[in-house]
Amino acid sequence: MSNNIIVTENFKNISQICPIKKIQYYNSEIILIVQTNDILEILLFFKNHFLCQFKILTSISGVDYPKSLYRFVVVYDLLSIRYNTRLKLKIFTYELGSIFSVTSVFSAAGWFESEVWDMFGVFFKNHSNLKRILTDYGFNGYPLRKDFPLSGFIEMRYSETQKRVINESIELSQEYRTFNFISPWAN
Amino acid sequence: MTLKKKSLLKKIKNFTINFGPQHPAAHGVLRLILELDGEVILRAEPHIGLLHRGTEKLIEYKNYIQALPYLDRLDYVSMMAQEHSYCLAVEKLFNAKIPKRAQYIRVLFAEITRILNHLLAVGCHAMDVGAMTPFLWAFEEREKLMEFYERVSGARLHSSYFRPGGVHLDLPKGLLTDIYIFVEQFNLRLVEMEDMLTENRIWKQRLINIGVVSVKDAYDWGFSGVMLRGSGISWDLRKSQPYEIYREVDFKIPVGKNGDCYDRYLVRVFEMRESIKIIKQCLIQIPHGPIKSTDNKLIPPSRYKIKQSMESLIHHFEMYTQSFTIPASETYVGTEAPKGEFGVYLVSDGSNRPYRCKIKAPGFSHLQALNHMSKGHMIADVVTIIGTQDIVFGEVDR
Repeated sequence: MSNNIIVTENFKNISQICPIKKIQYYNSEIILIVQTNDILEILLFFKNHFLCQFKILTSISGVDYPKSLYRFVVVYDLLSIRYNTRLKLKIFTYELGSIFSVTSVFSAAGWFESEVWDMFGVFFKNHSNLKRILTDYGFNGYPLRKDFPLSGFIEMRYSETQKRVINESIELSQEYRTFNFISPWAN
Repeated sequence: MTLKKKSLLKKIKNFTINFGPQHPAAHGVLRLILELDGEVILRAEPHIGLLHRGTEKLIEYKNYIQALPYLDRLDYVSMMAQEHSYCLAVEKLFNAKIPKRAQYIRVLFAEITRILNHLLAVGCHAMDVGAMTPFLWAFEEREKLMEFYERVSGARLHSSYFRPGGVHLDLPKGLLTDIYIFVEQFNLRLVEMEDMLTENRIWKQRLINIGVVSVKDAYDWGFSGVMLRGSGISWDLRKSQPYEIYREVDFKIPVGKNGDCYDRYLVRVFEMRESIKIIKQCLIQIPHGPIKSTDNKLIPPSRYKIKQSMESLIHHFEMYTQSFTIPASETYVGTEAPKGEFGVYLVSDGSNRPYRCKIKAPGFSHLQALNHMSKGHMIADVVTIIGTQDIVFGEVDR
């Protein structure tokens, strides 16, 4: 990824015409932090600007930091085949906030955004088909939030009397034990 | 008797059928809602998530060593390719260098995995379209390759052989010779398989001009791997962003021309040839030496040392109960898995467990474009398109 240095120089120029809050560069990866409301225009800019040409949206991922004021970070991974470079764009949001959908810029964003909605409950505005994509039909809650328990809330079983699969609230004979410390002796 | 005009004007509604989730051509648990006009597809809406196991959530509750086997179980026909992404991500965060021999072993097995995957992809694709024989032949070869898996790790499928910092064990004696014997005869098997398919009239009629993806669409839908190369874009992470020792081996990137299913089939076959070439070079160039990094923070002590010193025994115990810690940082590592770019976005927070491990599966974005690719085709072509996308639900649903 030798192009990265050139591209970072480039970004300094770009930041004069494009509203970028912060440029981070470490591990030879470029991360741009941008304003939540600008994401659509900024992605359009990076997709089409001659010196960027980030034509491929690799993925959209969410990260949950429950202690922060804006608890969700949504990360857009872009790939420029022309310049052989990757780029990360980060935006911050919270439970009641919403983000503009970027499906008009990248068609691939449709399912990626659905996944973030499904897993974190981050709402995307103007999305044509925002659905619970990975979880079951009629699932409640957002599984990848840090406050969602690993065991979940419901379990399924086949009921012999009703002759069908039924949902029941989960019953654990023992609490799930998280060994949440580095060393058993240090704690 | 005269027909009234009113009774002639019947309301015609499009036919909607449910394809799957238990359909042999659906490659697992794909539920597809197809809206048909006669036999022509107007809309194909995949319903996924029937195999969702919450891998990403589970990984957050496991330490770095324990999380590795989950990666095997994502795309269960290209196991080591996914361990590879995860190991590279952990090593990048840990700033670890791994010895040359380990890199060669990894590349060797990554390419074996590629052949393993493409044999299944081409074989199953052929069976979906109606050819039974190549499938059986492909599985015979797969059996041999999985034997190599077994000899090196003890498991035929879910090997968890690549570990952060190297590979788990050194190659057993005679394995390289046997791989060489396999490679020598495999070219002939490939020729036999191509005899059955490449010039086959039915195969060509079913594949040519089906599911055409233009360059612009391939970009727009975020394609990677064979799906991208089939459309004529020469992009392979092994060449463009080389990891391990791909810089030192000589191979070519086969590229399609028309972006249809037939081109993608050819790209897969040629990739197998290139993999054979890489394996041969690895067999020749592989050096002697250690197979794990020497960083004691990352690698548990050897069996021999455990038997010799108490400190090593404690270290070994600590390593396997608590694993290692990684200072807070994050990285995205993508490798060229057989199905496309398989990426791991790993966020660490200074503890011994990943804070977040987002898995970027190539099949997810490919399946998303199914509606786009199959619109206007016949219903039988959907099967061809699912086959050419090489969908495996373990990675799509995660």
